[in-house]
Amino acid sequence: MNETSVATDATKDADTTKDAKRSVAPGVRLGRLSFVWRPWMVLVTLLLTVATFLVFCVSIGVGDFPIGLSRVIATILGRGEQVDEFVIMDLRMPRALAGLVVGIALGVSGAITQSVARNPLASPDILGITWGAGAVAVFLVTVSGGTATAVVNSVGLSAAALAGGLGTGLLVYFLAWRRGIDGFRLILIGIAVSAVMQAITTWLLVKADIRDVARAQVWLVGSLDNRSWDEVRVALWCTLVLMAVVAAAAFQFKPMHLGDEIAAGLGVRHSRVRALLLLCAVLLAAVAVGAAGPVAFVALVAPQVAMRLVRFPTPPMVASGLVGALLLIGADLIARAALPNSLPVGVVTAAIGGPFLIYLLVRANLRQTDR
Amino acid sequence: MSTTAVERPLPGGGTEARRHRGTGLGTLVVILLITGVVSLAVGARALSPAEVWHGLFAAADTDQRLTEIRLIVQTVRVPRTVLAIVAGVALGVGGALIQGYTRNPIADTGLLGVNAGASFAVVTAIALFGLTNPFQYVWFAFLGAAVAGVVVFGLSSIGRGAGNPLTLALAGQGVAVFLAAMTTAISLSDQKSLNALRFWNSGSVAGVGFDVIWPVTAFIAAGLILALTTLPSLNLLNLGDDVARGLGVNIALSRTVGILAITLLAGAATAACGPIAFLGLMVAHVARYLTGPDYRWLVPYAGLLGALVLLVSDIVGRLVVRPGELDSGVVVALLGAPFFAGLVWRGKFKSA
Repeated sequence: MNETSVATDATKDADTTKDAKRSVAPGVRLGRLSFVWRPWMVLVTLLLTVATFLVFCVSIGVGDFPIGLSRVIATILGRGEQVDEFVIMDLRMPRALAGLVVGIALGVSGAITQSVARNPLASPDILGITWGAGAVAVFLVTVSGGTATAVVNSVGLSAAALAGGLGTGLLVYFLAWRRGIDGFRLILIGIAVSAVMQAITTWLLVKADIRDVARAQVWLVGSLDNRSWDEVRVALWCTLVLMAVVAAAAFQFKPMHLGDEIAAGLGVRHSRVRALLLLCAVLLAAVAVGAAGPVAFVALVAPQVAMRLVRFPTPPMVASGLVGALLLIGADLIARAALPNSLPVGVVTAAIGGPFLIYLLVRANLRQTDR
Repeated sequence: MSTTAVERPLPGGGTEARRHRGTGLGTLVVILLITGVVSLAVGARALSPAEVWHGLFAAADTDQRLTEIRLIVQTVRVPRTVLAIVAGVALGVGGALIQGYTRNPIADTGLLGVNAGASFAVVTAIALFGLTNPFQYVWFAFLGAAVAGVVVFGLSSIGRGAGNPLTLALAGQGVAVFLAAMTTAISLSDQKSLNALRFWNSGSVAGVGFDVIWPVTAFIAAGLILALTTLPSLNLLNLGDDVARGLGVNIALSRTVGILAITLLAGAATAACGPIAFLGLMVAHVARYLTGPDYRWLVPYAGLLGALVLLVSDIVGRLVVRPGELDSGVVVALLGAPFFAGLVWRGKFKSA
């Protein structure tokens, strides 16, 4: 009992010194915007950016025709040889860019969802998009009827699935709308709708021919194979636009972690900001599904890992996006370079992301013992 | 216990509220019993109450038709009804407990890695040992579920933050996702296990005999007893660790027993039926809406509601695509989700 009280005192001391430091931490003001200068956060974010860029380049360099890191960087900067330029820009860039864009979109989308819901288990996977897209894709793959085949032939499986996912995501969004959006209500309705879509998927798989099941399963896991420039370009532009909207709203969003009342007192129109950000989260997740299929878990794990790396109490947007990108490109790299038969990227992200999250949790627990 | 009144000053006073909740519990039991009887009569071949009675209790007969009825009732209808009730209670209670122990209103019985562990064990057993009969992999599934639950709890209680709700939830997610990835990896390379996996995933109470049901029931009963012993301390834990410790709760012990109970309940139910998602989450919310946040009432309500929903889903599944059947795991979601979403929309649920 004594030990415990001493320990709590120690923690309290640590907290007060931290508070003191925090109040000393210099604020920076640029016109209407203000920041707090957090060296550790900036350092980690920079390191993450560098790491993402390096893994991105290595991932481009690895393949049947290996290209050195320096040549890859030279080619990206527009000073490469012609052969390299063809291999890199025409053949490998779409895949790598798709990984980058999908990772960032999922990471940011997850950070928004977890922040708004104030729940670390919340992720865009349960807002209906993933399972909605999955159900449509499985339907189109397994039901070989006239209409289904026609749809697949005319618009392609990914686009049709994307439409399904987007439709489900927006359905959840509007079902949860009742004088504004509430994070908790949105998530519970998302879980309900996802459960329906999941049930439909399961049922379709049970009814289907086993060969179709294998094809559907590959799609359900999410993969970066055979991306074309056209698909990637659309995903890239959508992500850029959405990120700009998120960045603009993010400054309004900060005070909302203190609670709705305080945020309102500080002049934030919280219901409007929340509705806008959640809509962005739904659309970002949809972009990711369209570009790579339903890659699970990145959106859940990236913000949690980013929080712990940056040592910040809420999911940081930029770092979450970077961790998402790093995880996805890294997983793709490992799947292609290190594993014998090529696994879809979704399997590898989960196989790496899960243990890494657990490692961070266990380390945090052990640290507490030391203190 | 007078704490109830202090915790939740209800209009009309504590005793009346308690009587209401008692009546509600009794009503649920009655509805469950009636549904159980209906479940015996309904199916590909509809039976009259008299025929059901005969099938249950009459001695062996030479009459061809009656023997047939006896066979249907005793080897098909009774086992699936019993299993639906037992597994439904387990998943309902498990769902309410996991939401209490993680203090997270979107936690489901699969959170501790139980479903993922069971699926992984099934796929591995098929890929390695070439099992073909679902009865052979029930125990692999239970083993997988139990190991996953123990690993999650072990990982989240290393060091000092032991059993912290957030760590538990995230560690559970991490392990579950890792196992799911491994399951997918195996099933993509082995078509036999993919084939078994898709049937396993749908979750059904049909086709399981009493040789499986009795042991599973024993595990679930053990889980229920453990669960009941932790309910008072779970109430206090939800006031926050510091308050609970101050009021004399042994936090580590209470959490360990609670997680063990959840693993037993969800693991045994999953081993017998396959993964049935969403049921635990849904009934926990409905139970909280009916009873308020007192876990001593909430958990029994959730158990009965779980059994009722699973049983009704099984009956509906038998009726909608006659003479075929829709798996009850699928029906639970199709039937429960719109109802659940309606209640959410009307603002009936509070976050834990």
